[in-house]
Amino acid sequence: MSFWKNKTPPGWLWGVLMGIFFLGIGIFQGQFAVIWRKAVMICMECIGIG
Amino acid sequence: MKKLRLTVQLIFTILTNGYTYGYLNGKIYQGALKYACVPGLNCYSCPGAVASCPIGALQALLNRQGFQIPFGMLGFFFLVGSLLGRFVCGWLCPFGLVQDLLHKIPVFRKRKRLPLHHILKFGKYAVLLLFVCIGSVFLFGGFAKVPAFCKYICPSGTLFGAIPLLAANKLLRSQAGGLFFWKLGILLFLLLLSVTVYRPFCQYLCPLGAIYGLFNRFSLVQIHWEEQQCTSCGACEKACPVALSVRDISRSPECIRCGRCIEACPGGCLSFFHTKHREDNHAGG
Repeated sequence: MSFWKNKTPPGWLWGVLMGIFFLGIGIFQGQFAVIWRKAVMICMECIGIG
Repeated sequence: MKKLRLTVQLIFTILTNGYTYGYLNGKIYQGALKYACVPGLNCYSCPGAVASCPIGALQALLNRQGFQIPFGMLGFFFLVGSLLGRFVCGWLCPFGLVQDLLHKIPVFRKRKRLPLHHILKFGKYAVLLLFVCIGSVFLFGGFAKVPAFCKYICPSGTLFGAIPLLAANKLLRSQAGGLFFWKLGILLFLLLLSVTVYRPFCQYLCPLGAIYGLFNRFSLVQIHWEEQQCTSCGACEKACPVALSVRDISRSPECIRCGRCIEACPGGCLSFFHTKHREDNHAGG
């Protein structure tokens, strides 16, 4: 249980917290709706037509 | 470990590409799950895909008019990268699975790396910077920005998206032209190369691997090395498919956490978890 013995949080935990923070901003700005709109249409570029 | 990894790879690929209706009718899934991304490279235009591709999603955000920092995808990469690092490449990526299976074909002499590996390994960072980031912001097709990586390189899109869609959809098939055959050429080249070289796309071109590799040094999932118990027999280095030294295993951006070193170590000095022996040493020292 070295995790609980360390006084400073490990690097991955800072990364996770930062990830959650950025995700929150992304959700607030509606970025996942942009992703959804792109993902539910056939992407012509991806299949080499567009 | 090998069997476990193959099982996880197969199950994850089937689960994330299990929309059978799409394969049968040449259509793609349009439900709410596509708000989320899978961790590995998995084209969202694959008829079976039930979620979005992280690189495609990043480009979709960069393709918008004007410029906004793509916080949503930055958050996703920080979250998945900090927890798993390139464990995603080794265990959860469908295109990685395809390359793994091709490398098992017992023809040609097997190579871990290409010549000039020390230079070529930076190719994936160049692809990330030039095609995914700069290309998606500054490259225009008509008045709209284009997802440059998806359009000109992505072999996963050709294999999992284009081929099944074009096979099932006559209208799309009639529109295939030079660009499709360019992408098909890249795919075939990489697939053939995979038979002899271990995961050439992952080692030299994958922008997603480049991103997750940046997190390898401090991600939660690590391969721990008990240096004091190590006899330096070299079994792990010999087993490593990307030819890393024991000091670089896990910390290097090239390590995909496949676990072959763990399996090969005769003294049990490598593991995904801290062992009791190691914890005692830490507590004592």
